[in-house]
Amino acid sequence: MMSFPLLSVMIAVPLVAAAVALFTNATNARWIALIATLVDFALGIALWANYDIGGAQWQFVESAPLFGKFAWALGIDGIALMLIMLSVFLMPICILASWEAIEKRVPEYMAAFLLMESLMVGVFAAQDLFLFYIFFEAGLIPMYLIIGIWGGVNRIYASYKFFLYTLLGSVLMLIAMMWMAQQAGSSDIPTLMNYDFPVHAQSLLFLAFFASFAVKMPMWPVHTWLPDAHVQAPTAGSVILAGVLLKMGGYGLLRFSLPMFPEASAEFVPLVMGLSLVAVVYTSLVALVQSDMKKLIAYSSVAHMAFVTIGLFAFNRQGIEGALVVMLSHGLVAAALFLCVGVIYDRLHTREIARYGGLATNMPKYALFFLLFTMASIGLPGTSGFVGEFLSLIGAYEANSWVAFVATTGIILGAAYMLYLYRRVAYGELDKVDVAAMPDMNKREWLIMAPIAAVVLWMGVYPESFIAPMRADVGVLLARIERANPPGDAQLKKGAAKPVVAAEHAPEAAHGEGQH
Amino acid sequence: MIQLIVFLPLLAAIVAGLGNRVIGNVPAKLVTTGALFASCALSWPIFISFVTGGAEAHVVPVLDFIRSGNLVVDWSLRVDTLTAVMLVVVTSVSALVHLYSWGYMSEDDSQPRFFAYLSLFTFAMLMLVTSNNLVQMFFGWEGVGLASYLLIGFWYKKPSASAAAIKAFVVNRVGDFGFSLGIFGTFLVFGTVSIPAILAAAPDMAGTTIGFLGARFDVMTLLCLLLFVGAMGKSAQLGLHTWLPDAMEGPTPVSALIHAATMVTAGVFMVCRLSPMFETSETAQHVVTYVGAATAFFAATVGTTQFDIKRVIAYSTCSQLGYMFFAAGVGAYNAAMFHLFTHAFFKALLFLGAGSVIHAMHHEQDMRYYGGLRKRIPLTFWAMMAGTFAITGVGVIGIFGFAGFYSKDAIIEATFASGSHAGAVAFGVAVIAALLTSFYSWRLVFLTFYGKPRWEQSEHIQHAVHDAHGHDDAHGHDAHGHDDHHAHDAHGDGTAGYHPHESPWPMLVPLVVLSLGAIFAGYVFHGPFLDAEQGGEFWKGSLAFDAHLMHAMHEVPLWVKLSATAVMLTGFVTAWYAYVRNPGFPAVFVSHFSILHNFLYRKWYFDELYDVVFVKPAFALGRFFWKRGDEGTIDRFGPNGVAALVVGGSRIAGRLQTGYVYSYALVMLLGLAAAATWAMVG
Repeated sequence: MMSFPLLSVMIAVPLVAAAVALFTNATNARWIALIATLVDFALGIALWANYDIGGAQWQFVESAPLFGKFAWALGIDGIALMLIMLSVFLMPICILASWEAIEKRVPEYMAAFLLMESLMVGVFAAQDLFLFYIFFEAGLIPMYLIIGIWGGVNRIYASYKFFLYTLLGSVLMLIAMMWMAQQAGSSDIPTLMNYDFPVHAQSLLFLAFFASFAVKMPMWPVHTWLPDAHVQAPTAGSVILAGVLLKMGGYGLLRFSLPMFPEASAEFVPLVMGLSLVAVVYTSLVALVQSDMKKLIAYSSVAHMAFVTIGLFAFNRQGIEGALVVMLSHGLVAAALFLCVGVIYDRLHTREIARYGGLATNMPKYALFFLLFTMASIGLPGTSGFVGEFLSLIGAYEANSWVAFVATTGIILGAAYMLYLYRRVAYGELDKVDVAAMPDMNKREWLIMAPIAAVVLWMGVYPESFIAPMRADVGVLLARIERANPPGDAQLKKGAAKPVVAAEHAPEAAHGEGQH
Repeated sequence: MIQLIVFLPLLAAIVAGLGNRVIGNVPAKLVTTGALFASCALSWPIFISFVTGGAEAHVVPVLDFIRSGNLVVDWSLRVDTLTAVMLVVVTSVSALVHLYSWGYMSEDDSQPRFFAYLSLFTFAMLMLVTSNNLVQMFFGWEGVGLASYLLIGFWYKKPSASAAAIKAFVVNRVGDFGFSLGIFGTFLVFGTVSIPAILAAAPDMAGTTIGFLGARFDVMTLLCLLLFVGAMGKSAQLGLHTWLPDAMEGPTPVSALIHAATMVTAGVFMVCRLSPMFETSETAQHVVTYVGAATAFFAATVGTTQFDIKRVIAYSTCSQLGYMFFAAGVGAYNAAMFHLFTHAFFKALLFLGAGSVIHAMHHEQDMRYYGGLRKRIPLTFWAMMAGTFAITGVGVIGIFGFAGFYSKDAIIEATFASGSHAGAVAFGVAVIAALLTSFYSWRLVFLTFYGKPRWEQSEHIQHAVHDAHGHDDAHGHDAHGHDDHHAHDAHGDGTAGYHPHESPWPMLVPLVVLSLGAIFAGYVFHGPFLDAEQGGEFWKGSLAFDAHLMHAMHEVPLWVKLSATAVMLTGFVTAWYAYVRNPGFPAVFVSHFSILHNFLYRKWYFDELYDVVFVKPAFALGRFFWKRGDEGTIDRFGPNGVAALVVGGSRIAGRLQTGYVYSYALVMLLGLAAAATWAMVG
């Protein structure tokens, strides 16, 4: 398509910067990291600006055979574009958030973040199955180091748990990938997305991939690594973990599970929906009783990511587009909430909610940002959180009223735990001396919050900017999975109660009884 | 023009909210109040043009909102009769409340924030009433919820205020749970969220059934009931009402604007806006009627026992909202809207009047410590009298009446005229509730303005006197119940030497203007709102207008028409006897019927019940899932179990600490990457 290998450059820039940063002092490393991530962000904007909505499905395609079946194949569709934008948008913010908080081994820290940025762009841009796998798994290493080296007191246990969970999924996925490449004779992802695997094999393949993606999401009950990882990770680590790494699971389901195994996906709808619904209720209730801020937000992430799986497996446009918007929105909002925790953690060095209180008095700017992101997390209309949740739930209702009914309780529970958190942090009497001494946000902190706030509102008021690039790709996916779409449970039936004009509304009356 | 009406308050809120301390108190107040008066001035001509019949309904597009397949949602502003009514109600009361707050909040140290919240609320409310689709309505719906949350919790340092704020938001979310499912279902059934399109298609859907939660329902009944759950939350109907009395923690101007005149009526507005939908389901209409009637009765009974002046008015609001709902339930949507319209004026008046009393009494809200204020704050007294005349429905048939005389009596007559069983029940409740309304309203007036001053018992007054005398003692502001200590202060007249002053003019002007509304709104506007012929031309199909019912209303027997006046007088006389003629009577009554009194005073034990059924179990379950689920089961048999197997039992903790497992894991990960590469090469 384009002669200029933009995607490769976007992967290379942070990689080169990482190598350089390793061999400088702390101050230089910080600036190198900031400039490199800003350059990558600028390249991302160029990528978006040059992305042709309504054009070819795969754009910015590059391919260079390396060895064997393995090729350096890159290319993006609208969905990958949006997730790459999310990654390169959050990266400079992460660097700025670590500006003062990280004091030991700064060059290594910055290098780890830059390496992670390369790998994240790679994950979303990879068009070769094994290239994807390498990016996907290697992305864990810098995250693992960030938790293990710059983490809190209990960082070793957290990184061990993080590793153990993801390892389990990875091995199964790798085996499945090897079998698939063998079977289809290609490791090209666009080819595989249109390859019809035998239905009996799909179930096993689906489960193998699901094991990996469910851990990444994370879905209940393989979510327990997330609260520990978040609690131990430094602020920027949590930001990137919640903001981007969790999105890899959803992206995987969308890129692999649904288009490559449509029949198996339909077969496992009850499993996926069941786990998601448990997550919504269970983790929301757990979030309610947390006394550690980061744990609370981590649990809320699990509940929110359940809206992604619910939307994806609704098998309709609203559900899938909703899931995508939830992914983008949660990427921003959860990141911002972790940044909010970081701001006060930097001042008081505790995540214990009870240690705070009354911050609205001495930190009014902070209270305003925190309120905005709390409301976005609750899904207040006008913020990004609403658009995603609403679409995902409306899609879920079309698929199954039970799913929508249980999942929608999330809007009550979400309000309860987030407002309870906000109350304990920002409201109340400012009666603790050290808390009262905390200054309001400084310029740097303002600079990392304001852009996220702006995008959260933009996505909440005019989500079309973000949905439009993905629309055609969702259409392609829908066309692919339509044949397996399970019937809904609404089953409208015209009655003869009143002598009014017979309407044309009975679109789904032809289906049999739903799964419930 | 409508864009200006809606977006000026938003702009003002942003300027005042973000400007805050930078621009200072007066500019922030000027910007917001100015914007609201501008909005108000622009709204009245629109309303007048609908009254005189010169205007047509139209929709002004603003921006695309959500596009997802056949789900098309726009930002747009709809102006029709129903909207016009709400426009004048919202902007007028809001403008007056802004003005009033100049006086009431003059000593508060975060005034820009307060005014910004008020304007933000107004914007959200205007988005709600101008919405042309269900999603924008939901935006406004949640937006007013946010503003309500912020304003109830405005004095966030008080634990009771921040608790009340959360309660309001979460209980409303329970309603929104139903509203959301209603929107989802409506979209599934009609393939659109555009209100006109839904209303046009609704009659064709009658008799269609839908599967929901494993059973089959009549589709219109299901959708209407789900949407109505939302209305119940916002309008504090029985079951979801518990947040409204607690919302009185907010400053009094907020109670007047949000929790009396505008936001809480959003549910009634929604039912009227969607009235053609409700008309297709008799079951749904019956539910609306019964819920409204139950609320009207429940809240009125509780209102008779409360001592906090704001809580009495809050329960009164709850009860009046019940009236509006059962009016809508029997098909008299226009009567519901008329009561909404008049109620906005007289209830805002009563709240602002109460605010003026509270202001005069140094933040004392307990009516037991009022008394004899009639001559001290005469203007406030007369304003409260106008409000009381309006709410109790004073008037003479065919000559003149206060606002409530037209609107409440119309509802009572409509329930009778509807002829249905539900209507008959509602009629009975309406008459009993009118009796209670008259009783608690006059009880409030008599306790506050009549009798001898009982101020010396009030801590607030004691503080005021102390501060004024300049010898604030060591008790500070935590001193409690020290009657004997204050014996030397007793002037023998129950005033403790305190002299209440009438409020400043920014507070009195709104009282006067709203008094005019409470006196004349019914007389002037009952024609277009209620008349069988004029009404059709006025409403122009913006709600389901039943001309037959309006005719039948005028034909009801005389005793029906007189019943409202009769119970009004009975309530007045009873209150007069118990609180003026024989003030010892209430105590005697309470001692004889203490169980009944406690039941009412404790608000039918709803809060206690919900605490046991919902709040405590939610926290207990959360702890159970966390400790027994995540830690006790998943981690124990998952990662910790594996770790124990791999590393070897009890030494794990030590090894984790030394970083042994950490390096081990890293090596495994690198090895895995190497293995993957090897596999790919091969």
